[in-house]
Amino acid sequence: MTTNTKQPTNMEQFLEGIWKQNPVFVMVLGMCPTLAVTVSAFNALGMGVATTFVLVFSCALISLLRKQIPKEVRIATYIVIIATFVTLVDYIIQAVSLALYDALGAFIQLIVVNCIILGRAEAHAAKNPPLSASLNALGMGIGFTIGLLALGSVREILGAGKLFDISLFGANFQPWVVMVLPPGGFFVLGGWLLFFAWLAKRKEARHGK
Amino acid sequence: MSIELRTAPHLHVGRDVPTIMRHVVYALLPICAFSIWQYGLSAIALIVTVTLSCLAAERIANRLSGTVNTLSDWSATITGLLLALTLPPAFPLWMGAVAGFSAVWLGKSLFGGLGHNPFNPALVGRAFVQAAFPTAITTWAPAFAAQRFTEFIPSTLTLPFMVPNDISAWVAAATVDGFTGATPLARWKFEHFVYPVEDMITGAAGASSGETSALLLLLCGLYLIVRKFMDWRIPVAVIGSAMVMAWAFQLYDAEAFPPMHLALLSGGLMLGALFMATDMATSPVTPKAIWIYGALIGVLTIIIRYFGGLTEGVMYAILIGNAAAPLLDKYLQPKVFGAKPK
Repeated sequence: MTTNTKQPTNMEQFLEGIWKQNPVFVMVLGMCPTLAVTVSAFNALGMGVATTFVLVFSCALISLLRKQIPKEVRIATYIVIIATFVTLVDYIIQAVSLALYDALGAFIQLIVVNCIILGRAEAHAAKNPPLSASLNALGMGIGFTIGLLALGSVREILGAGKLFDISLFGANFQPWVVMVLPPGGFFVLGGWLLFFAWLAKRKEARHGK
Repeated sequence: MSIELRTAPHLHVGRDVPTIMRHVVYALLPICAFSIWQYGLSAIALIVTVTLSCLAAERIANRLSGTVNTLSDWSATITGLLLALTLPPAFPLWMGAVAGFSAVWLGKSLFGGLGHNPFNPALVGRAFVQAAFPTAITTWAPAFAAQRFTEFIPSTLTLPFMVPNDISAWVAAATVDGFTGATPLARWKFEHFVYPVEDMITGAAGASSGETSALLLLLCGLYLIVRKFMDWRIPVAVIGSAMVMAWAFQLYDAEAFPPMHLALLSGGLMLGALFMATDMATSPVTPKAIWIYGALIGVLTIIIRYFGGLTEGVMYAILIGNAAAPLLDKYLQPKVFGAKPK
């Protein structure tokens, strides 16, 4: 067996989404929630956890049913499965924290069309056994959450002087209003993408030597 | 005898980017000096801080991108001076530094440096701090305060990342008659108060550091035009179209719209038309496009001022003009000499 055809181990499958194929910083997927709900770290965490939940369970179910789902209607089937779990999440968040529900707004329902989930279902869960599919989905979910948190914390620190609602700089802090407005989302995302591109370039240069 | 064969042009006027930029700096110096005379220590500190932060941002960007050092082409200096002149004199220095860094990084370096930037860097920096600190950027200090050369305006020396210090005590001590903390444009918008012309020419009206004296701005701009360092058509088109618009509105309803001289002399129109709209990297180059570009900026300025929520519209008008410049150039190409019309 050559290295090219070697099956990745479960650990590799899990780690893929966290670093190498990070949905936010490497694949740049799921940009709607990434930009819209990351005005605070708490919202970002809520969104990340909700998406991870949907991702793991729908990928596991799709993987279980992968031999039964007819090829012609697979996308519709995935959507039905994903929508089921999104409905669950929607009600759970309403019950647990109405404040978070109001803050996330339509973006909870929009998890249905999040391209990370559909992408994972199509590219991974439909071809792999349930354990590997759920591990990969969990990794992706955690990677997505890390991405959202990275944006959310920067925007909350600069935009409100707080992190998870804990004041960091005292009452006299001057909030950067732009950071909690939509342009702030783009600036911070751009900054992080730049940082990760720079890391990748540096790594490449080091390996090249 | 050896004959060297070359393509045109055979004669070069000897001007390069650093030369032109240096002369723009010369033209800006009297405006800075006037600003310092008006606002004292705070203006010096603001101009120096903003310019130094622009230079530092340029140097860091050079280092990170591995390109040659471009500090010596003077462009970052111009960005810094222009940016400082568009900020209110009482602006906290740390916010000035934020403006300087965002001007060079967001406005220029990210696009690949001088000549590749679609928007005027100084205005990008100002737009960023306007969105980030809307209160601080509309807090005006009185000009010619008695203590201006002995003490700073309190908000200038605000600790980094903190809310600007209160300046009301300083303003009260300055004993400048009739200072309301508003620019002529804001006073028109909210009180229908018409500033006397001489106040706006001599710089007695509250405003950003460098936009108070329309006359001085015109003289400095004229220097650049006479030395052919800038295209005279852009300021003429901007100011002309703003004048026509203001005149038309005034004719339509003299009660509801301000008189023409207010539109021309107040706010950043002169500074913007002469020094920002004429930025070579961000303005069109074909003759028709230049006229349309200038007219677009003038018309938009007046529309934003009269009908928008903001009191001043020059900044966004120029940024929109910058965005339209490549398109104008593309569709308004002049006919090549000798080419057959299609």
